[in-house]
Amino acid sequence: MTDTAALMPRRREVHPDPYYPDYKTSITRSPSLPLLSMESTPSEETGPRFGHNKLGALDNNLICNYTQGKALAVGERIRVHGRVLDELGRPVPHTLVEIWQANAGGRYRHIKDTYFAPLDPNFGGCGRTITDENGYYEFMTIRPGAYPWPNRANDWRPMHIHFSIFGHAFGQRLISQMYFQGDPLIDLCPIAATVRDRSQLDRLVAPLDMQNSRGMDYLAYKFDIVLRGRRQTMFENKPEGM
Amino acid sequence: MTQPLDILVETPSQTAGPYVHIGCIPTFAGVEGVYPEDLGLSPIEDGAQGDVITIVGSIYDGTGWAMRDAMLESWQADAAGVYPGQDGADPKVSGFCRFAADKDSGEFTLRTVKPGAIKGRSGQVFAPHISLWIVARGINIGLNTRIYFEDEDNSADPLLARIEQRPRVDTLIAKKTEDGTYRFDIRLQGEGETVFLDL
Repeated sequence: MTDTAALMPRRREVHPDPYYPDYKTSITRSPSLPLLSMESTPSEETGPRFGHNKLGALDNNLICNYTQGKALAVGERIRVHGRVLDELGRPVPHTLVEIWQANAGGRYRHIKDTYFAPLDPNFGGCGRTITDENGYYEFMTIRPGAYPWPNRANDWRPMHIHFSIFGHAFGQRLISQMYFQGDPLIDLCPIAATVRDRSQLDRLVAPLDMQNSRGMDYLAYKFDIVLRGRRQTMFENKPEGM
Repeated sequence: MTQPLDILVETPSQTAGPYVHIGCIPTFAGVEGVYPEDLGLSPIEDGAQGDVITIVGSIYDGTGWAMRDAMLESWQADAAGVYPGQDGADPKVSGFCRFAADKDSGEFTLRTVKPGAIKGRSGQVFAPHISLWIVARGINIGLNTRIYFEDEDNSADPLLARIEQRPRVDTLIAKKTEDGTYRFDIRLQGEGETVFLDL
């Protein structure tokens, strides 16, 4: 088994339907013709690697990384942690995990976000880290607020954190969102609903993790991520059919 | 009953949304000072072997509108067809680039070296190409495609050979506009729809 073994084919049925009319923007941004499917090639089986030398000490602490530690962001202090695994259940070590989110009032630090909730002068909204040798990662941040968005007349995004994960192969590249246990807006959200299978959507909902919380300091939420795996066989690198 | 397979299920994708730039290229998005610089500013450093080329294009939605909010990532081999991390790879080629559609024109620009042909696992040879991954608001799972080049021999490429409707092959081929410059437009839907990949 090497890093150049073929990737397991992506199970498209666990992913959102690209065309989901309740999420209006998807109507004109979804391909209408079938994807071209074939076995992965070196272009998908290799991928960029990022070392710890790229990262700063505060990169995974959104409470203080925007001010570089001079002042703290407003909001409910939380720790978000978990493991990155592949479909075989093996940890994915030394891979980059990036997150971004709204502030505690539900406002993004972005020119296009004009929601009434004020910007927090001490909150930027992005963070990144690299998984350890066991595929483990953690962030400190504040719980993002829910917010309204222009879709149907009264749509609200549940509280969520965006995740971007690399893995070790370009074909493993994934962006998703983490939701919070108990948020009633999840069931009303057309973006969450793009995941057709409710049991798959549940996998995007992080449970409150009291045992990893710290009294008088922060609550913890656990969020494990599974990336595509690689086929495990010695019958590779042979001429076709042999 | 049978033995359990013990295979986990990939985490479902969700759209990158309109604010993907905050997370992936924050300095570009105006969130300055968190990181010294954005990740993936260039896939090459000075001294990279091969021909430096520039690829310019737009991503059009189903109405023909050039999207202003898309983010792209590219991944490629060096000029000899070796991927970064593999033995003998050009140390000046990181192979990875992150770039965005311009907020006013929708046009993107990728400056890189032209990759070499790539050997597959069963003796296959793929014509020189750059892999692309596109995310944006309204795209529920990132779209994969490839940039091939009109001035290369693409006739034996195993992926292009799999495209049944031959005129659609053209959607994956960058057109030379002048020396060292190519045009590669992407159409998400409708007439001239780009071939998107599931590899």
